[in-house]
Order: sequence, then structure tokens, then C-alpha cells
Amino acid sequence: MNKVFISGNHAFAESAIRAGCTCYFGYPITPQNEIGEYMADHLRRAGGVFIQSESETAAINMVIGAACTGARAMTSSSSPGISLKQEGISFLAGFELPAVIINVMRGGPGLGNIAPAQGDYFQATRGGGHGDYRTPVFAPASAQEIADLTYHAFDVADRYRTPVMMLSDGMMGQMKEPVVFPEKIGKLPEKDWALRGRGDGPSRYMASLVLDVMEMERHNWKLVRKYSEIEKNETRHEEYMCEDADIVVIAYGLTARIAKGAIKRVRKDGVRAGMIRPITLWPFPKKAISDMASRVKQFVVFEMSTGQMLEDVQIALAGKSDITFHGRPGGVVPTPIEFARVIYRENQKMAKIER
Amino acid sequence: MKLKNKWPVYYKKDVVTHYCPGCGHGIVHRIVAELLEEMDLGKRAICVNPAGCAVLAYLYFDFDVIESAHGRGTAIATGVKRSRPDLFVFTYQGDGDLSAIGTAETIHSANRGENLTVIFINNAVYGMTGGQLAPTTLLNMKTTTTPLGRDPKYDGYPLHITDVVAQFPGVVYAERVAVDGPGGIRKTKKAIAAAFQTQVDGLGYSIIEVLSPCPTNWKLSPVDSFKWVTEVMTKEFPPGVLTDKRSKKE
Repeated sequence: MNKVFISGNHAFAESAIRAGCTCYFGYPITPQNEIGEYMADHLRRAGGVFIQSESETAAINMVIGAACTGARAMTSSSSPGISLKQEGISFLAGFELPAVIINVMRGGPGLGNIAPAQGDYFQATRGGGHGDYRTPVFAPASAQEIADLTYHAFDVADRYRTPVMMLSDGMMGQMKEPVVFPEKIGKLPEKDWALRGRGDGPSRYMASLVLDVMEMERHNWKLVRKYSEIEKNETRHEEYMCEDADIVVIAYGLTARIAKGAIKRVRKDGVRAGMIRPITLWPFPKKAISDMASRVKQFVVFEMSTGQMLEDVQIALAGKSDITFHGRPGGVVPTPIEFARVIYRENQKMAKIER
Repeated sequence: MKLKNKWPVYYKKDVVTHYCPGCGHGIVHRIVAELLEEMDLGKRAICVNPAGCAVLAYLYFDFDVIESAHGRGTAIATGVKRSRPDLFVFTYQGDGDLSAIGTAETIHSANRGENLTVIFINNAVYGMTGGQLAPTTLLNMKTTTTPLGRDPKYDGYPLHITDVVAQFPGVVYAERVAVDGPGGIRKTKKAIAAAFQTQVDGLGYSIIEVLSPCPTNWKLSPVDSFKWVTEVMTKEFPPGVLTDKRSKKE
């Protein structure tokens, strides 16, 4: 397969088609319109279904309908639109239906703006909609990773019968990079639970209504067992220059990309910095971070928000090490120099303490 | 003479209904089950049922059913039908579901001319939640949230959503019927059969509005509530074919 020069948004769409996504439903919202536009062209030409829905709410419910029949279905939006989809995501979790939802985040709350941000971390990792559920969340940090993880997300969704969220941002969506796409999928997994009319068998139904409280509780614990499996098998992270690090940065997505630049910069001055980059935000790589705490006493959390993933880092470290937070919310994209300054400062503080 | 009472194949046996005495849902459920059998559609049928009294329709329907969030039925049905055009897809929705919280989904699925069927039960109140004002509540009608009666200056007017969508080019067949007696029940079955056939023929969107009694929330006896449908409700919502574009589509 040839390398192509492509934007993150187009990579989401192309990779989904290659993963066997045959149904896409979406509503325009900046900065992710290129996903729907790509689908309107390429997915339809490939014989799939593209509908520009009347709302994000309708789009996620069309996803529910398509997923019920066993189709690989996807929707995408940006922050305000994802809020509208939360009702449907809760139903997907309750029904135990696979689907992929892309959030190309922008500044908020409210309409906010159309600049890249990471303010939807809580919404993505804490369920987002009503009820007791979790959603696996992937946070790609390059167009290549967008392609690889979107492809993988459909497998995870099918394997565990769960909605999966891709959490990206306006810059990752708009930025063009070279990408090698995975091959188009051959055989899709069998879905004996899908509804396709009863045929000669017994009738079945898809329902999230469970009026019997004991039965509802059993369903809740069943979901928890599934989530434990996901935590055990699907947690992903990347360690970057951590071997000898005195200071470890924790950052995801675009912020991790910028942090890499900062780490390269401070390393030139002999500052031993490294990074743990969560690739799955839920399940969060708690163990990798807490294991690091036995050796590293200073962690730095970078986010394009006022501090959301920070709380997961605090939970993972459980007071074992110091955490410094540096956040730029509102759509401001920090620079490697800015991050490097924070790392230098923490390094100096540590040196003072040692003296 | 022995009365023939054949139990419909697609209606579950040995179940106790949760619907109130005199409720219209049971009648329409049976009509649907009978038609799926007579038209040989039950094996490939998928019904999308609403949030509301009919949320439990799968307890009775012996064909595949998908529950929907409140109002989202036609969006889910769109996803089902578009991904599997070979399936026979219909929604079964109440007036709150279809013409209040689901208005956008109703209007736009109709405007896209989705090849699916909508069965719209209009009983002029929110049944399951205890009889609150619905968009279809008649003027001066008392509900738990219009204790003095629906005042148009305060609560607006009864919404005729089937008349609205009947005007869309994509809506091929729309009819309003009433299950207010043997005649009305026969007409209802005929109307739903026409709507089902519209989908089978691949012509596009069909919607049947069924005026249906809700004795519990109307605070009337079952007999009086049937009379009320005939004498009062049909004055606001006159039964009849609202659009029939089948010949133009063929």
C-alpha cells in the first residue's frame, strides 16, 4: 500500500471504510466536516450508506438502527454535537451494541469556538450520557495513528459489543500527514445477536428497559465484568524516553505531540525528561503510571483543558509523587517552547531540593 | 355456527396484557400481527417501538422488535431500513413520542421519503406518565397538566402532524382512522394493509394515524371512551385518506 498525504479527518473516514464500515450518519459541525464529506463521496461510491441527518441526535439513532442489524456503523461530530449524541450512546451501552463515535474536539463550554481543545475528556471517559456505563476511548496523536486506531476501534466495538469513542481535536482533524492505511478488511465477524427478522427462528428484541430492579442490577454488573475485561486487554500507552527520566510528562493526543518536541528540546540541555502517553483514555493506563512512581518523583501533566485527565493521573499516583499541571484551554495550542519552560522549571525545583 | 378465533402467528400466546381495560393498543397490536401473517411479512419484519405505553410491545409481538429512546423511532428505523432494505420495517409510536419529542425525526424521515411505515397511535394524552397534555390534546380537554382544560392562549392548539407530513412529496400514503368500533377497526386494518403494501412495493413513506381510546387517562368507562373517539375526537381529527400518491409513484 502506498503512502498517502491526507488530513486526520479524511484518515478517520478512509480507515473506517477499510474496516468495513458500511453505514455513516452525521450532521455538519466544524472542525470535522471533512469526515462526512468524504463519506458522502467515497462510502456511497463503495455501496455504503451515507445520510446527512437532521440532527446529531437523529444521526446516533440511525447508528443504533444500523448496528442492530449487525452493520459496522459510525458517526462523527465535534464537542457540542457529541453532547447531543450522549442519549444515543447511553442506549448503545444499554443495548450492548457496537458502534464507533468520533469526537473532533473544539473549545467549549457552549458553542465555544472551532479551535482545537481537549475539554471533553470527562464526558468521554466518564460515560457522558446517563446511567452506569463506560466507553472505550482512543486518543490518536498522528494521522497514521488515526488510521490505525479507527480500524482497531471497530474490532474492539464488535468484540465487546460496546460503543467506542475516538477522541481527537480540530488540529489533528485538519492537519495533513503521510499515512499508510491498513488493507481493506476481508471477512467481518459473525453477529448472531443481530436482528434481521425472526425468519424461521424465535423472535427477539433489543431493549434497554429493565423494570425489575434485581434484573437491572444483574445487567449493570454484567456490564462491569465486560468493562473489567476491556481494562485487562485493551489498555494502551506509549512510553517515550522514560528509561532514565527524572521527570515524566503525561499527555495525550495533540498535546503529547507537542510535549515530544519539548522533551527533545530539554534533553539537549541534559534534562532527563520522558513521557507516558495514554493511547486509551478509558481504560486509563493507571498501572504504567503508578509503576513509574516507584522511581520518578515528579510528573507533569499537559492538557488543552483546565485539568481533566489530571484527575486520572492523581488517582493513578495516589499521592506517591508530585504532579505539576499546565493547561491551555479555550482552543489555545501551546508550543514546545512553552512546555519546555515548564519542564525546566520543575527540573530546577528538584535540583534545589536535592541541594 | 362456531366462531372462528384463530390466534395470530405473530402474537405471543399465554401473556397477560399490561394495557388498561378498553385501551386501543391491544386492538392495533392484533391488527398488526394479523397483517404480518396475511401479507407474509412477519419473518422479515422489524418493529421499532416507542417510549410510552407501547414500550412493552415486544411482550406481545412475536417478531423482532427494537426499543427506541423517546421520539427517535423513525431515525432508528431509517438506520435499519437503509442498512437492510430487504427487511420490512415499521415504527409504532404514540402522540407524545411522534409529534412532540420526536417531531424532527418524524418530519425528516418523512421528507426523505424513507421506505418505511409509521403506525401513529393518537390518544390525545401522555398515557404511560399519567395523562399529561400531549400536542394532540383537544381544546378545553382536561389533563393533569391542563387541569382547567387546554387553553389555546396558554397551551397552543392540537397538532395535526399527519396532515403536515401528508403534504410532503416523499410521503406516499397517509390515512387517519379510528378504532372506535367494529367498522373503525375494519377500516384501520385496511389502512395499515395499504401502508404496509406501500413499503412492500418500494414506493416510500406511509403513515397511519389511529385515533385510539385511553379510558384511564380520559377518566371515562371503556364504552364511553369509544363513544368519545367517535363523537368528539373525530371532529378535531377527521378520519380519511390524507394523501395517496401510490399511482403516481408506480
